[in-house]
Amino acid sequence: MKPERILLNYKKNKVLYWMILPVITYVCIFNYLPMFGLTMAFQNYSLTGGIFGSKWIWFDNFKDFFQGLYFQRTLNNTLLISFYTLLFAFPAPIIFALMLNEVRHTGFKKIVQTVSYMPHFISMIVVVSLINDFTNSNGVIASIVATLGGTPRSYATDPASFRTVFVISEIWQQIGFNSIIYLAALSGISEELYEAAELDGAGRIAQLFHVTLPGIASTIIIMFILRCGALMTVNFEKILLMYSPATYETADVIQTYVYRIGIIKQKIGYSTAVGLFNSIISLGLIVLANNLSRKYTEVSMF
Amino acid sequence: MRLRDSRLRRIFVVVNAILLALIGFCCLAPMLNVLWCSISDPIALTRDQGFRLLPIFPLNFSGYETVLGYRNIAIGYMNTLIYVVLGTALNLVLTTLAAYVLSRKRFAPRNRVMLFLAFTMLFNGGMIPNYMLVRNLGLLDHYAAVLLPSAFSVFNLVIMRTSFAEIPDSLEESARLDGANELQILVRIIIPVSKATVAVIALFVAIAFWNSWFTASIYLQDRDKWPLQMFLREILITTSQRSLSSGVRMNTVVQQTLVKYCTIMVATVPILCIYPFVQKYFVKGVMLGSIKG
Repeated sequence: MKPERILLNYKKNKVLYWMILPVITYVCIFNYLPMFGLTMAFQNYSLTGGIFGSKWIWFDNFKDFFQGLYFQRTLNNTLLISFYTLLFAFPAPIIFALMLNEVRHTGFKKIVQTVSYMPHFISMIVVVSLINDFTNSNGVIASIVATLGGTPRSYATDPASFRTVFVISEIWQQIGFNSIIYLAALSGISEELYEAAELDGAGRIAQLFHVTLPGIASTIIIMFILRCGALMTVNFEKILLMYSPATYETADVIQTYVYRIGIIKQKIGYSTAVGLFNSIISLGLIVLANNLSRKYTEVSMF
Repeated sequence: MRLRDSRLRRIFVVVNAILLALIGFCCLAPMLNVLWCSISDPIALTRDQGFRLLPIFPLNFSGYETVLGYRNIAIGYMNTLIYVVLGTALNLVLTTLAAYVLSRKRFAPRNRVMLFLAFTMLFNGGMIPNYMLVRNLGLLDHYAAVLLPSAFSVFNLVIMRTSFAEIPDSLEESARLDGANELQILVRIIIPVSKATVAVIALFVAIAFWNSWFTASIYLQDRDKWPLQMFLREILITTSQRSLSSGVRMNTVVQQTLVKYCTIMVATVPILCIYPFVQKYFVKGVMLGSIKG
């Protein structure tokens, strides 16, 4: 587009240009300025010197991270927690939606739906406090285990069960809310398809595999690809509230590590580098997921 | 054959209903437990631990009296209201203005601007550069430190723009013939026509501000500006860890447990009372968001 054309367009629609200005200013300051701030990742950043007064050390921060003790552990934990969430928390709402779809009684369906959305609206702080209450050594889970003859322990503070507790609580928080989109897709399947299948002698199971699942397949694929693109993004605010030095070995992810060394210990340059590493991998995954989506489902974000 | 099929079917329907009821119960149970514990006698609670299906009678409301008398809870509530109201208003102003402009075909550079904005969804500076920005702007310990970094989201813009773009041009044209200017068209025509979308976004933004704690935790040292969630964190998570390790006197622990339950209720009830009534709107919101991806 030529500058003259923009100028002409501006003269005709001056007000529109002024109306978009606040957002452009906002995004420049709060989104693009921090990207410029990523230069700190290549510096031995000092708070007194700032970006222009700090020493450039190029890739030393990255080298320190890759060669340090934390790289392996935080990368492993990030990927494992993401992977388990994908494996268990992703299918749960789909199954839940399929089950709800079989219910003919509207009142019952509505109540179950409403109740299942509730955990989504409870704040993270309260959720983690509930988790702690339920999983401590004299909490509900422990007493169930004790009745069944097992040895109760404190599950959220035990590195061996931290991820399990995390993933189960993710399912609890999201099963209802994430089912909304699948329920919408299910309600979009035409009743005629089921009638035709029945005339052809298809039983309920056959209908599930030949009508229902194909009907929501594209929604499932899109959601799955979006989820894969976010593999490096874990719910770190929740981990931050849940973990403790005792569980670092299985709970500490890249972003919680960035928080500890950056915000708490104020090693700004190094923590920026670790965060940048995470962002770059994330960007790569999103682009990859988007390309796969475009190729196989003809749906893409960009 | 037919008979067997229908019997199997009936078994399936019953089993399915039982499983769904169980899932529903599991979603509800933890909060129900908190509710019953918050109105039970705290001493009896320590004797009879585990999950509560009913409160222990006689009911006891002393926990609520204590919590509602806390200065911190009052401050937190006030601050959270400030953050929710100002934050939502700021979000709506920025988002509606941008969505209006970007949904007008007469705005020539709309695709370029959209690209400029959408890129921030793919890549961002991350936690530390954002923190340094707020610090360098001198916003630490100001209300603005919580408000500004979450004042605008491109995701909401995309949803609102889609909704605005669906409105036929003829509506705008007739308003223009009546002498309406851009702002009047936006406020009197576009927003009322897509009020469901605007309401959904307002609701999601408001809930996000109500529940947010992380920005406050890294930007605010000044307790007088803390939102409710920060005090909640102190009462529910930080102190409970400390008191467990240092073995405080028994009756303080008992009282603390009761206060914990009551605090959870006080902080959560407003949202739990609202969401069932606006359900149909957020269902629409999720749909809108997913269509655009």
